[in-house]
Amino acid sequence: MNSKESNLRSKVEEGHYTMLRRDFLLSGASGLGALAVSNLLGGAMDSINRHTAVNPLEEKPPHFPGKAKNCIFIFNAGAPSQLDLFDYKPKLNEYDGQPLPDSLTEGVRFAFLQKETARLMGSQRKFKRHGQAGMWFSDALPHISACADDICMIQSMQTDQFNHHPGQLLMQCGQAQFGLPSMGSWISYGLGTQNQNLPSYVVLSSGRGPSGGATLWHNGFLPSVHAGVLFRNQGAPILNLEMPPGLPPELERKGLDVLGELNRQRFQKVQDSEISSRIANYELAFRMQMAAPELTDLSGESDANLESYGVDRAEPERRSGRVGSGNHHSTFGANCLLARRLVERGVRFVNIMFASWDHHSNLDAELGYNAACVDQPIGALIKDLKQRGLLDETLVVWGGEFGRTPLGENRIGRAGVTGRDHHPNAFSMFMAGGGAKPGSVYGKTDELGWAPVVDPIHINDFQATLLHMFGMDHRQLTFRHQGIDKRLTSITRESSVINELLS
Amino acid sequence: MITHLYILSFNLIFLNLVSGQSIHFQTEVRPILMEHCAECHGGVKKASGFSVLSRASMLQEGDSGDPGFVAGNSEESALITRIRSKDLDERMPPEGQDALSAHQVEVLTKWVDQGAPWPQHWAFASIQGQDVPRGVHPIDYFVNQRLDSEGLTSSSRAEPSTLVRRLFLDLTGLLPDMESLNTFVADPSGLNYEGLVDQLLTSPHFGERWGRHWLDEARYADSLGYEKDSVKKDAWRYRDWVVNVLNQGMPFDQFSRHQLAGDLIPEAAQETLIATKLHLQTQFNLEGGIDAEEDRVKRVVDRVNMVSSTWLGLTVACSQCHDHPYDPITQREYYSLYAFFNNMDEDASFLSDNPNNAESILNERVGIAEKLDQMLSRQITDKNLNNQTVGLLGKLFNFDGGKGLTRHMRERVENRRETFVMKRGDFLRPDSKQGVVFPGTPRIFPPLRDEIQLHDRLDLVDWLFSGKHPTTARVAVNKVWMRLFGQPLVDTVQDFGSRGAQPTHPELLDWMSAWWQSEAQWSLKRLIKWIVMSDTYQQSSAHRPELKRVDPDNRFLARQNRFRVEAEIIRDISLQTAGLLNLHLGGPAVFPPIPDAVLNQSFTKYGGNSKGRDRYRRGIYTFFRRTAIDPNMMVFDCPDASASKAMRDRSNNALQAMTTLNNEVFLEAAQSWSAKLLQALPDATDDLRMNHTFQSALGREPSAEEKAQLIQMLQEARDWFQGHDKEAVEFLGPYASNEMNPSEQAAWMTLLRLILNLDEFFTRE
Repeated sequence: MNSKESNLRSKVEEGHYTMLRRDFLLSGASGLGALAVSNLLGGAMDSINRHTAVNPLEEKPPHFPGKAKNCIFIFNAGAPSQLDLFDYKPKLNEYDGQPLPDSLTEGVRFAFLQKETARLMGSQRKFKRHGQAGMWFSDALPHISACADDICMIQSMQTDQFNHHPGQLLMQCGQAQFGLPSMGSWISYGLGTQNQNLPSYVVLSSGRGPSGGATLWHNGFLPSVHAGVLFRNQGAPILNLEMPPGLPPELERKGLDVLGELNRQRFQKVQDSEISSRIANYELAFRMQMAAPELTDLSGESDANLESYGVDRAEPERRSGRVGSGNHHSTFGANCLLARRLVERGVRFVNIMFASWDHHSNLDAELGYNAACVDQPIGALIKDLKQRGLLDETLVVWGGEFGRTPLGENRIGRAGVTGRDHHPNAFSMFMAGGGAKPGSVYGKTDELGWAPVVDPIHINDFQATLLHMFGMDHRQLTFRHQGIDKRLTSITRESSVINELLS
Repeated sequence: MITHLYILSFNLIFLNLVSGQSIHFQTEVRPILMEHCAECHGGVKKASGFSVLSRASMLQEGDSGDPGFVAGNSEESALITRIRSKDLDERMPPEGQDALSAHQVEVLTKWVDQGAPWPQHWAFASIQGQDVPRGVHPIDYFVNQRLDSEGLTSSSRAEPSTLVRRLFLDLTGLLPDMESLNTFVADPSGLNYEGLVDQLLTSPHFGERWGRHWLDEARYADSLGYEKDSVKKDAWRYRDWVVNVLNQGMPFDQFSRHQLAGDLIPEAAQETLIATKLHLQTQFNLEGGIDAEEDRVKRVVDRVNMVSSTWLGLTVACSQCHDHPYDPITQREYYSLYAFFNNMDEDASFLSDNPNNAESILNERVGIAEKLDQMLSRQITDKNLNNQTVGLLGKLFNFDGGKGLTRHMRERVENRRETFVMKRGDFLRPDSKQGVVFPGTPRIFPPLRDEIQLHDRLDLVDWLFSGKHPTTARVAVNKVWMRLFGQPLVDTVQDFGSRGAQPTHPELLDWMSAWWQSEAQWSLKRLIKWIVMSDTYQQSSAHRPELKRVDPDNRFLARQNRFRVEAEIIRDISLQTAGLLNLHLGGPAVFPPIPDAVLNQSFTKYGGNSKGRDRYRRGIYTFFRRTAIDPNMMVFDCPDASASKAMRDRSNNALQAMTTLNNEVFLEAAQSWSAKLLQALPDATDDLRMNHTFQSALGREPSAEEKAQLIQMLQEARDWFQGHDKEAVEFLGPYASNEMNPSEQAAWMTLLRLILNLDEFFTRE
């Protein structure tokens, strides 16, 4: 117990604290105590939902032992070109400018590309093998490729969506629908969190942010404590965290004591446990206010570390038009460092959002900009986690919502072919740590990178595998909503855990 | 219970003797079938050709050639043989899943032996009214009957001050003014109570309060959603329509008729066309590269799902791809509902602000719309036209917004679309083998009127409001009840299907439904008045220790409920108490302060902070951008408008505490209130100010204990701020006044900020 907690305990007499806690636990789960209701209503709502009679964020055991305890999911919204980063296709360069046979494109839908006249487009990037597995990376990612021996590369991802927002929803929430909980919310719901003074699920964003916006870190039908909390890049990380200007902390503390006391008197009168939860939550808010400054205070980080994450990097002169204004090199570096600090403090799930990678045109220059922005901090993150012994329990994931076409994009009304269109057929993702098989490559696409030739992985399979790494069975992690036991993966699709991805 | 004991203690022979005791299908048999069988033998998967969805489907011969059971003969029934089997290759549920318990096996066995009765699901059976003794309010009659049978008694009437506050919050979402409060507290007679109810039902704020509830169900927003999330400049006209007609007392059948089929009403007024904007609350994807027809199909699907959950109380979304897994609704029936909405187009017209050249603008629009329509029909065969159709769609949308047109729906007359079942819900795979699907309704309900062949949306409305429909009134009454008691009679407010909850008071629900549709002619105001006039409603909401064990969730209603008010109302009453609230009604949406970090989440940032008094409008008027929702709303469980939501969550978390303590809006409320209080009572004692404060925020006087603690707090704050003028001024922000002593005002502000954070303040008791 840290000193702040012991302070709190000394403030509230032991017995009362226990009472508060129990009441908080009982009522916090959802609006209408789902558990108790079910007994009266003919079992219409069983204890299917993973509410135990505890604080909804209290740590819960997984279904079976899992290696991963925390996740840092780096979501590259807009869909980065796998063909210019990971999936090396010399034949594509050889056939540059050639049409594809009709048989390949029949029935395939594109966003902008005109099938009849489209031509293959080789990559301008130089590729090299890295690490013991000889993993291919392009020269755009020198720092990440240096971590090849820790990386579990997937070359055969597939999705069934080819527009951004639906594709992003599928990747983050398991289905291309609005109003569903995201992966982070599911994991928070399933396992709770280790640090009760910080949110269980934090979202860090740089660039213009994914087009799906907050729908990508929403709690959906799960209790709202499992929603992703978007940290700001400037000022206090959490909205409304800062006490009002002019008010001294000691007066705030005294005020909260009085507030708690008045609420307790009300509780004595009406005996509603919601009041106890409210009291506990005002205390939690205060503890968060105390904990957050320490979290974001980087003064304890070594200069070498700050430099390796690139926290103070200047923005290059040639910028990408797709990421919006601001210093993204610096912000992304700081977000990676903050992500490490968050998992170090027991935050369960961190989403780092970076957008946009939607390179329909000007691919070479803009991909170069984005890669330079993210490469160094991600490389530093993997190394730093490893050095601190955190990588074994921290799963780092890198991916976008789909891939990009081997065909150049010949959009009507646009001069020149300088980009690639959306490609749901095949794309790459990678993982590191958290029980992902290090130094391995899974899946393979054909010689043009059009489609997997072996081991295709649907996004739902990937999600089932991710939950498995946390010790959870995607079929068992359910929440009953509108009569259906909802889960992260689609109910109508058979999804499977890909054992070959596990160490 | 006795039966269970016998089963546990005696052998099978004895069991046959007790089998005369009848098994209850809904509470005993059906849960077993649903939990343990339906996943493989349901509506989605019918493994081995066997499904437990209905008695008929269980009696069909499966792949094995045998029916599931032989009624009255468990020995000859495959179902029973299989669940009893010890052979893992034979046993059901199969290897890998737990066998049924001995008790479950016996329940099913006895049920088959008793002839396998399969009573109709309660919600699909017709509404049963019954006689109620004269001289007692029917609500109190039914609730007390239930309480009696449980050996419980109801609570006494709430304190008058609590009652006034409850009525004001429930009916208008505002706190009582001092005059209403004092008048009623001075004479809380039944007559005065009724007078207050009548007064509030005619308040223009009634429509705002109950309109907001409806907007949740309508999934109302001021933007189109998806990546671009373009702004709808005319959306507020629908919001105002809802508020206005609720204030005018439009009965629910008319209210529904205008929204579902206003465009089909002969010589519909322009206001009636506005009502059809209900169907425009779906999201539109104007992202580059989307398929316009796919997006249109998604919108139609969304409309079917909304109409179904809102009016029928059925969650049918799953039947878009396959037969319903738990309710007897086929995929084809889903598409027969779909067919009602498959020929609606987005039209637009000028509703007010008619410019001189209206005709030429409208003609220009018709030109674009026709071009789009041709393009869309060609696109079905030539997918390369996607981008052009999406481009045109965006152009049309921009045209409407730019020219000040108001969008509404219109049934298309020519080139009508045919509806087909879509294989697995895929719009590219119409199942032509099953033939064209015509508008129709699920067979579990009474039929549509059959003298005509081709039904339209007006027929659908007539069917819903024929007075014979089993769910229309029940579903709506249940939701009204929920607003007035904090919890519904049927917990699953949008799912009255077989997986939904059972009503806690079935007779009451039916009585109210029957009364409402016949006697009260679907009048919402009459229904509300009728409920709030009951003693049950007027009870105290204080928890009673003796109820904690027997009825911790208050399902028997031995008291009222106390619950936190909604996001918008927390805002409204905070501003109201602070003297800031601007009660202006209707008009375009406004922009209270929203942090840039949130606004920047959208593809393109829209809207800055409103100037002047618009900053203090009620929460219902806050601009609702789907990708940048006001965090003050979201944190208190305001729905995200992605789907119809009748029951909001009511979470209780630390981010909420930080919001009302530190957020700009709430901080400003405390600042303003401190200035107002000291201006109003410049020379008053602490005691007097404290009374005034409590009265206006909580509708009551403080207790001696409360007062003592707060005055001590006040003194400490005074002591500190007296040496810190600079901090005091900083704390008071724009409300620091030259005429007042800043340390005195800051000390009071410290205290008022706490009052605005009391649980009691934002709780409706």
